[in-house]
Amino acid sequence: MDKLSKENKEYLIKRNTNEYEVVIGLEVHAQVLSESKLFSTSPTKFGSEPNTQVSLVDAAFPGMLPVINEFCIKQAIKTGIGLNAKINKKSIFDRKNYFYADLPQGYQISQYKNPIVGEGTVTLDLPNGEKKIGIERLHLEQDAGKSIHDIDPNNTLVDLNRSGVALMEIVSKPDLRSLDEVNSYIKKLRSIMRYLGTCDGNMQEGSLRADVNVSVRKKGSKELGTRCEIKNVNSIKFMQMAIDYEANRQVDVIEEGGSIDQETRLFDTKKNETRSMRSKEDAHDYRYFPDPDLLPLELDENFINDIKKNIPELPDEKKKRFIEKFKLSPYEANILVSDIDTSKYFEEVSKNSDVKLATNWITGELFALLNEKNLEITESPISTKNLAKLINLIKKGTISGKIAKTIFEIMSDGDKDPEKIVEEKGLKQQSDPKELEKIIDKIISENPKNVELYKSGKDKLFGFFVGQVMKSSGGKANPQLVNEILKKKLN
Amino acid sequence: MTIDLKTVKHISKLSRISIDDEKAKKLSKDLNSIFKFIEKLNELDTKNVEPLSSIVQKNLKLRKDQIKSKNIREDILKNSPENNEDFFVVPKVVE
Amino acid sequence: MSNISDFKLFELVEKIKKKDLSSKEVTNAFIERSKKSKKLNSYITENFEDALIKAKQFDEKPDFNKKLPGIPLAVKDLFCTKNIRTTAGSKILENFIPTYESTVTENILNEGGIIIGKLNCDEFAMGSSNETSFFGNVQNPISENLVPGGSSGGSSSALAAKLTPATIGTDTGGSIRQPASFTGTVGLKPTYGSCSRYGIVAFASSLDQAGPMTQNVKDCALMLEVMSSYDDKDSTSVDFKRGPYLKDLNENIKGKKIGIPKQYRVDGMPKEIDELWTKGMKIIEDNGGEIVEINLPNTNYALPTYYIVAPAEASSNLARYDGVKYGFRSKGENLIDMYEKTRSEGFGDEVKRRIMIGTYVLSSGYYDAYYLKAQKVRRLIKNDFDEAYKKVDAILTPSTPSSAFKIGEKTNDPVSMYLNDIFTVPINLAGLPAISIPAGHDKAGYPLGLQVIGKAFDEQNILNIAYSIEKNINFKNNINDWWIN
Repeated sequence: MDKLSKENKEYLIKRNTNEYEVVIGLEVHAQVLSESKLFSTSPTKFGSEPNTQVSLVDAAFPGMLPVINEFCIKQAIKTGIGLNAKINKKSIFDRKNYFYADLPQGYQISQYKNPIVGEGTVTLDLPNGEKKIGIERLHLEQDAGKSIHDIDPNNTLVDLNRSGVALMEIVSKPDLRSLDEVNSYIKKLRSIMRYLGTCDGNMQEGSLRADVNVSVRKKGSKELGTRCEIKNVNSIKFMQMAIDYEANRQVDVIEEGGSIDQETRLFDTKKNETRSMRSKEDAHDYRYFPDPDLLPLELDENFINDIKKNIPELPDEKKKRFIEKFKLSPYEANILVSDIDTSKYFEEVSKNSDVKLATNWITGELFALLNEKNLEITESPISTKNLAKLINLIKKGTISGKIAKTIFEIMSDGDKDPEKIVEEKGLKQQSDPKELEKIIDKIISENPKNVELYKSGKDKLFGFFVGQVMKSSGGKANPQLVNEILKKKLN
Repeated sequence: MTIDLKTVKHISKLSRISIDDEKAKKLSKDLNSIFKFIEKLNELDTKNVEPLSSIVQKNLKLRKDQIKSKNIREDILKNSPENNEDFFVVPKVVE
Repeated sequence: MSNISDFKLFELVEKIKKKDLSSKEVTNAFIERSKKSKKLNSYITENFEDALIKAKQFDEKPDFNKKLPGIPLAVKDLFCTKNIRTTAGSKILENFIPTYESTVTENILNEGGIIIGKLNCDEFAMGSSNETSFFGNVQNPISENLVPGGSSGGSSSALAAKLTPATIGTDTGGSIRQPASFTGTVGLKPTYGSCSRYGIVAFASSLDQAGPMTQNVKDCALMLEVMSSYDDKDSTSVDFKRGPYLKDLNENIKGKKIGIPKQYRVDGMPKEIDELWTKGMKIIEDNGGEIVEINLPNTNYALPTYYIVAPAEASSNLARYDGVKYGFRSKGENLIDMYEKTRSEGFGDEVKRRIMIGTYVLSSGYYDAYYLKAQKVRRLIKNDFDEAYKKVDAILTPSTPSSAFKIGEKTNDPVSMYLNDIFTVPINLAGLPAISIPAGHDKAGYPLGLQVIGKAFDEQNILNIAYSIEKNINFKNNINDWWIN
């Protein structure tokens, strides 16, 4: 799977002498973070008992009517602002009509011709620089319920807990060109929404899913090829696998002289292939029309401005600030801002300690630890307070970097206070010149031969003396001081 | 314009209402007479007219984000044709 | 002493308040008469036992401050009623028992009303003669084998036959006013947004309105007062100042300008209707009102517009009846097969026809030509009224182009059936309030109605004008209880 490598090299599909470029657009469905559903007052909590979060409205009982959740509208606007997009003052909710077991109304309330958010851009941070990806639109819609096919061998079971939960559909322009860009795009979207608190971005719980549009064209060609839409892919890895399979399939069809049919396809994660969903084609006339149970949504300037005023610092701005204020490299800044929780952790630590050391310790030791234990930074076994203390101990010269690593390991078991560890285990660095002199004098007197050799020009032996001193101090001697004193004594 | 049998069948498929040939013929006849009557609208020039989808001239009412509905699973499932204490049950979905 | 069921609603309210009658006596009287009137087929579901218990409870702990103190009422079976079967006249909801109450019926219950049953109606309110009901035809008490109008046909029949002192209907294109006109009763369709649609089985959401059907204008004012409320469960409910319609009811129409739209003088309209209309104009002038000729140039396009908009919305509103969550289900080999059989067997022909029309006009390639076009024409029709109301306070027209017809007379010709709503449909498209009051009879002795159309939210004004006409016309229904042996 070298195509999934982290490098941002050109993603081309080669057949004989032909090279094909892959054109990708994503329709991301992001679950809006809200207490209650988009048009009803039922809770949105994940993982509850089946059909326990279903109101009469969600189950589409006769005479039930939708009433929209103001907070979901604000969340959509916030996200729109985060995508540098135009907020439409007038938007309309339409019905998308189709029959399915987990769609109780027989239609989904969505936005068709007049979405709440218009065009915008997302900036990707790629190894060879930035790339801007166009956003076509963002609209609000209801989620469907869940059909369960594998509990009952003869029937399909339907759970409507998710029915009516608010989703934002974020449609990109066909600006993505590689699997790495797709990875970077999804991560960036997720990051922006998590900064804004508009979506938790949890892909395992289905809070972020995507329909992927793929087409191919000969390298250098300006026209877009016919695209296929791969429905409902729920992880970045699967998106990449689906795109890779689908792009190769399309190239093969074209190479054999065939043409691509515009169609909807399904990604089979077990077989790692996409296949046509032709059986659904006949039901594909969605008959959109404005929902007569709702009125057009008209927003005034103040409503939008109030939201704008409360937009937090977003990853791009934060990155800029980190680079300017903390003198971090763009690479370091990227790592620290890409996840809101990481950035929060970093800012907490660096507020009370040396920025450079904080950067190194977080991206180095801490990340390694989290990785090893498979933890999120919010679950970090080491608190920001204690990491800052550790860094300060190093900075003040109380402990050496080497000792710090030992202490860090002890800290990771139950978030112990590093100052106490130093005290209890007596790990404090020996920086008292008199004490060090005693040790050094002893070493010199015990090794007259080496002293002689050193003095006669064998400079390399200096290392031997340092090593002996460190050994005899149990690693605690301040190396800088040891160097200074040794040099004085031996020369 | 005429609504032929094929169109009637297509609409019946979209509406998820099965229909036999005899009924389809009758329906095609009815629909044609209704659409003949409907097509009177073509006399009107509506090029610059703004469509009217809602008669109520006010802003959409916004609800606070509060959970008000409780777990009413029993009520929700009570009227379902094939009962199961936890789920709605439908015949197997074929892809 | 006259029968209890002969009293008007407001009289019964007074008598109960004065303790001349108990709720139980009144409730029992209407139940007994209903039991003797099965031949009319006005009811789909009776709630007699439960109603008598409620009446007894009321009498034990009466609250005379209520507007409908212990008053029994049968209601159209389109309103969801908690623990009482609600069918919408359809097989697909034959066994559906709601666990919730519609806002309008809730308002009635809160004011002391008691539900004695659910009244027949056209299936999903789609019809003008009550002949599309899964539960059979309804007889007009005026004469045997005469339709009671529709879709609130069970309501108009039960009301005219005095099986209920008043009732409620819904009106999407004339479904309150046309049956009122056919049975010599009063029916009012309020401004869109006046009565909550919450809990009413939806037909066409942008047109549906619930409204009162009563023996007289005074009862109508009282019922509207009870029914109409702002409801935050309905996004199209409007928060306007609702009058004390009964208290403010008066017959003074001095200085009122009443418009007469020349476009309502249609070809082939019976002479009696024309004469009745002229009579109405004369009454208005005699009482100090002014008759003004007005122009509603797009009137002729209202019906075709309606037959695009209403089926389009209905095709989507009725998608929820799929055999999954409630209602009728037919066995199917797989999900799609189950859907198709359920909906084919569960819906009647007229409903299926309208779902098909609606599906077609919304389908890809036809949306602009039909649905969008209709929405544009709807704007023109609304503009016509807006223009007219710059000159007049209300509009007077006949309610229907003909009197009630025989059962079976129009069932094979959908277009001729649809033409029955020609005078009522434009008002729904424009969202305006209108009241139909009985004003005379045709040669055969069948009742005919006049319609007073008002400005949006100006219900008080049309009630007052109707009240004035009612006083001057002194209409009497000729009902001889032919169905009671």
